[in-house]
Amino acid sequence: MNTYKRRKIASKLMCAAAFLCAFLTLVPLISIFGYVFAKGIASINPDFFTNLPRPVGEPGGGMSNAIVGTLILIGLSCLWAIPLGIIGGIFLSEFGNNKLGTTVRFTADVLNGVPSIVIGIFAYTLFVLPMKSFSAISGAFALGMIMIPTIMRTTEEMLRMVPRTLREAALALGISQFRTTVSIVLRTALPGILTGILLAIARIAGETAPLLFTAFGNRFWHQSLTQPIAALPLQIFVYAISPFDDWRRQAWAGAFVLIVIIFLISFISRFVIGLHYKSPSSR
Amino acid sequence: MKKLLWLIIAVSAVSFMAGTASAEKLLLINGAGATFPYPLYSKWFYEYAKVDEGVNFNYQSIGSGGGIRQILAQTVDFGASDGPMTDEQLKQAPGELLHIPMTAGAVVVTYNLPKMSKVLRFSPDVVADIFLGRIKKWNDPRIAKDNPGVNLPGGNIIVAHRSDGSGTTNIFTDYLSSVSDDWKTRVGKGTSVNWPVGLGGKGNEGVAGLVKQSEGAIGYVELAYAVKNNLPASDIKNKSGNFITPSIESTTAAVNGKANSMPSDFRVSLVNPDGADAYPISGLTWILVYKNQPDKVKGKKIVEFLRWAETDGQKYSTDLLYAPLPESIVKQVQEKLKQINY
Amino acid sequence: MKIKFVDQAFKRATTVMALSVVALVVLLVFSMACRSMPAIRKFGWHFLFTGTWDPVKEVFGALPFIFGTVVSSALALLIAVPVSLGIAVYLAELAPSYIKQPLSFLIELLAAIPSVVYGLWGIFALAPFLRGSIQPFLSKYFGFLPIFQGEFYGVGMLTAGIILSIMIIPTISSISREVFLAVPFSQREAALALGATRWEAIRLAVLGYARPGVMGAVILGLGRALGETMAVTMVIGNRPEISASLFAPSYTMASVIANEFTEATGNLYLSALVEIGLILFFVTLVVNIIARALVWKVSGKVKGEIRE
Repeated sequence: MNTYKRRKIASKLMCAAAFLCAFLTLVPLISIFGYVFAKGIASINPDFFTNLPRPVGEPGGGMSNAIVGTLILIGLSCLWAIPLGIIGGIFLSEFGNNKLGTTVRFTADVLNGVPSIVIGIFAYTLFVLPMKSFSAISGAFALGMIMIPTIMRTTEEMLRMVPRTLREAALALGISQFRTTVSIVLRTALPGILTGILLAIARIAGETAPLLFTAFGNRFWHQSLTQPIAALPLQIFVYAISPFDDWRRQAWAGAFVLIVIIFLISFISRFVIGLHYKSPSSR
Repeated sequence: MKKLLWLIIAVSAVSFMAGTASAEKLLLINGAGATFPYPLYSKWFYEYAKVDEGVNFNYQSIGSGGGIRQILAQTVDFGASDGPMTDEQLKQAPGELLHIPMTAGAVVVTYNLPKMSKVLRFSPDVVADIFLGRIKKWNDPRIAKDNPGVNLPGGNIIVAHRSDGSGTTNIFTDYLSSVSDDWKTRVGKGTSVNWPVGLGGKGNEGVAGLVKQSEGAIGYVELAYAVKNNLPASDIKNKSGNFITPSIESTTAAVNGKANSMPSDFRVSLVNPDGADAYPISGLTWILVYKNQPDKVKGKKIVEFLRWAETDGQKYSTDLLYAPLPESIVKQVQEKLKQINY
Repeated sequence: MKIKFVDQAFKRATTVMALSVVALVVLLVFSMACRSMPAIRKFGWHFLFTGTWDPVKEVFGALPFIFGTVVSSALALLIAVPVSLGIAVYLAELAPSYIKQPLSFLIELLAAIPSVVYGLWGIFALAPFLRGSIQPFLSKYFGFLPIFQGEFYGVGMLTAGIILSIMIIPTISSISREVFLAVPFSQREAALALGATRWEAIRLAVLGYARPGVMGAVILGLGRALGETMAVTMVIGNRPEISASLFAPSYTMASVIANEFTEATGNLYLSALVEIGLILFFVTLVVNIIARALVWKVSGKVKGEIRE
């Protein structure tokens, strides 16, 4: 009986420990959010969204160009990473059950694990040195490379979830495999693929390391894609390590805006997942 | 669902258009380098935008090492450094590079001792031994000897230094090498060195930030960074044996000491000068440009800006605690600017 | 016949696109290998085992950075693994359903916070807190251990390890939870039927069964910790030195690249930095391969048994 009691107590203790772990993790979460919200909201004002950065000591500086810059970088990265990722995913699911497919799949997984700073070095060598200028393009190249594996693998998974019967039915009707894949299979899997894309965007929106020596930062509105461009995470980093109180306040405001942007994207993607999982029963 | 995808595609496309086809094009000139003169440069570029509305100067303070590296790789239109380039580096350059002195500044030894009301004084050998890690406590007898009557705390000294390639480091280590043989042989001078002790911070901002955050810390930053952050700037004993407070006047005294013996390429060190009032840890800061500008339009604008900075721009120096260049040097620089081809 | 032609073209086009991704990765390795050649030639294997990082004399050794990366990641795992397993057990086995959803959502929010924001929080909230209360406490009661000796800087190895652990907890806990959920219910029921307590059933039936998958999750977390750059750069103190104390400032491979890459003046200096990048690439490559293999093994095993 005694051992049974001891076992019972041990069981209760371990379960309590598990509970504690789960709720302990909320402490840093609440702390981070508390700081970002309290300090961020306190330093946000209209100037922050409309003005360019000002020199130290000049009041009224903002990060308007960095916010726009981040959106442009995201857009540019999507422009090449989404097509490449989706088509790569189609290859993996439709023609990828062979050695070549395994190689591509493996490479995508490797790329997914490559530290972003290493991708930054690559983009610097490939774009910045030959073009002799830091540029938005090089930044978007680095960010896109980070997006590709996520998009590729989710596309593959989503396409594989489309029932075989659907494909066979279409093919039996004499529709080409190309049409079948694009208009039927891809269309069915679209919500899942979108989720993957949004997750990839949420990941790159906050990336700083690869932008240090590609997008480089700009204190003005960007003029062309072959010139340096400002980015919100980069500006936050520069301001965070500065000793000027005004800049540090702006760093918090920037962090607040960045987190809002990323969470909006995450929430949209959650919404998309929600629709996707409900759709079979509602149809 | 499809709408959302179209939305993403549309946003991407719009951003692409926004990127390529902006209505009125301003010329953007990119520069990078020294953090030491950054407060002054950002003021200059802010004011110069009112003088010439057709051009924007984007300056990123990535460190002097970065300024040299990026101008060598030609990824920026001009570089900036507070350490002169070595002959070897100049040889690597794809064209002839000119050093244009812009202003002079002082590097101060700053610290964080909240209870200390009096500003501390240091002899050169004490500074060297603190940064060598030989003096470990604030109440070390050698520090006490320089500061009679000051009640020093007993805590440990936390050394803060630059983690990036830096002209400020170059000036500081140049100074330490000139006053301490041990420093010269063990560490040497350069834009980044192998520090015997301490924490690394990125940029003058980073070091000032580290010192501000850590009680008991000591670090070296440009004068303006110390004053702007309400950090103390200690008095340093100069060659004549006087303890000198870093200031615009004492820095100017250091520059004047060299004004008559300025080499034609302006690559000169100001540390440990002769004058009785001269602050010993000061230096010039340069903008690095190619003599033969690869881009005609940009080249013209850069030279115009440099001319403005050497004349009208100098009046902004004192407010930001930099020492304006003396007349004689400005004249020499104006002559030099005529050599730039565009 | 037209259909056949279109399909052939379709297949070829997708193949080419997919292969271009492979080509990109190959190019990445190739270009980095080329750039790091001068350093590899000059220092050879010594690069990995010497600790001097002296840009003035152009002597470079990566050991302090490798040490910093390894120790900070190990520290992160030490904290994150038990906590994540606790979370996963709670979410998969114990939590009432009305807590499950919101709690797992909140923990996944941690993964969405960008690393530069972690760094900002680290500088202004975590480091002062550690310096003011945790480090004095550790030094007072555990100061006999060399790892808790020395000056309190606030920033340093300990701070970096803690930040990293917070960052990888969502990765490890969510994958572990999935793995736990994949364990067939019959396993638990069997254990309970034999008279096991709730915890014993979890330990024997679930944890034992899911071990390879959990290992995979841990190693994926490790992969993320090894390559993390910004948050670590902002709180680790940036000092290339090997110290026994966790309070001491340190430096990691990723942060030395972030700090010095744009500023390396000499060719050899730049080459040494690229070589560090290359080492980092291969380390994460190996780690990821191991992780994939383990996760794949358990998911394959589970699927197999469900089919039976």
